[in-house]
Amino acid sequence: MTMKKNWWKALAVVIMTYVIWVGLLGTVPRQPILNESIRNVYFHVPLWFSMIILMLTSMIYSIRYLRKGRMDDDHISVEFANSAILYGILGCATGSLWASVTWGDPWPNDPKLNSVAVGMLMYFAYLILRNSFDDELRRARISAIYNIFAFAVFVPLIFILPRLTDSLHPGNGGNPAFGKYDMDSGMRLVLYPSVIGMTLLGVWITQLRVRLRRLRDRLDHVNDALPKAHSTAE
Amino acid sequence: MQQIRVLIGKEFRLEWRQRYALNGMLLYIVSTVFVCFLSFSLRRNQLTPMVWNALFWIILLFTAINAIAKSFVQERAGRLLYYYTLVSPQKIILSKIVYNTLLMLVLAGLGFGIYTLVMGVPGEGMDMPLFVVNLLLGAIGFAASLTLVAGIASKAENSATLMAVLSFPVVLPLLLMLIRVSKNALDGLDRSVSLDEIGTLLAIDAIVLVLSVLLFPYLWRS
Repeated sequence: MTMKKNWWKALAVVIMTYVIWVGLLGTVPRQPILNESIRNVYFHVPLWFSMIILMLTSMIYSIRYLRKGRMDDDHISVEFANSAILYGILGCATGSLWASVTWGDPWPNDPKLNSVAVGMLMYFAYLILRNSFDDELRRARISAIYNIFAFAVFVPLIFILPRLTDSLHPGNGGNPAFGKYDMDSGMRLVLYPSVIGMTLLGVWITQLRVRLRRLRDRLDHVNDALPKAHSTAE
Repeated sequence: MQQIRVLIGKEFRLEWRQRYALNGMLLYIVSTVFVCFLSFSLRRNQLTPMVWNALFWIILLFTAINAIAKSFVQERAGRLLYYYTLVSPQKIILSKIVYNTLLMLVLAGLGFGIYTLVMGVPGEGMDMPLFVVNLLLGAIGFAASLTLVAGIASKAENSATLMAVLSFPVVLPLLLMLIRVSKNALDGLDRSVSLDEIGTLLAIDAIVLVLSVLLFPYLWRS
């Protein structure tokens, strides 16, 4: 029963163990400049992929909230956004580490980095917007609107703009994509599972936080109801 | 269509009755330009095209945010409610976007005039038609995205800070494209160079316009 429902958590654990194991110990192609740091591909790139997936899910739940008005969708949406922000920060950190090794600068002036920084600003603004409302329903509706709007602007920012300029990243501004020459099939066998594993892990984190939020919500309701019960008993 | 025209007329009349706000905006852009001019303490034609361009668009960005931020706070909540019983919310947001686009064009035109008067135009062979088209696309994009954000911010308490925080990242992709096209226009590059950017600008304008119209009905209900 529990296995039937939670198989994907087991899958996430298995995949991530495999990714960390093979990612750190497996053989990788020797590349000039990159050297051993090429292993970061297994962690840095999947973080971004799963961040986009988490943001997309967050937006879908915002749309669902606007259509159906169920408070639960708002909880799920904000927690997906939170997980996406966590992944974004981790992605920046791994990227920064990698950049200081290969490009000699922890934060080179690269359009992709700048776009991501602006994207993070958008989601921080989303959290600030949420905190500036006291009324629950109002907060849910207005932040859902901003969430949808922000994601729609974020997509061109991260997918279109870097391709129009010169970028250090592979696959942008005339640079060949990674897969073209320096990724062999052995690396793909780790990279693609890693994307799935990271996404599942993100969903897991989100699920736990949503449950926590639901419990807190219920607790609030109970606490609100209690003094009333007292006064009627008296 | 008829309703939208009436609503736009209403926006104009409202602005005319509260002339101090409009005059304030005009004075805002003039004094900002002048502050920039004095801060650089320049004689004419001393800025490189790159700095000239970036400064111009930053001035316009701040003017736009200030001008459009007031589009929902100018009217009392009761009166807004009255409009909503009369016409559909899509028409209200469309009329506000059209009006704000026109307002932005007036402000941008004035700003450009004063800016070139005091700062001069860097380099020769500026592609004026391209620059004007770019200004037009910028006005539409600013108006569409900022009007919705102004609506969102007006629902919260500290709306002035929130307006800035919410709108900067949202407007940025648009601003980057505008700056690039206008740099191309300043340098007098061949127009085919800017085609990609113009396409992206049109796409971003379309996205924010469609989203504003789609999302606004959910906003006004709260």
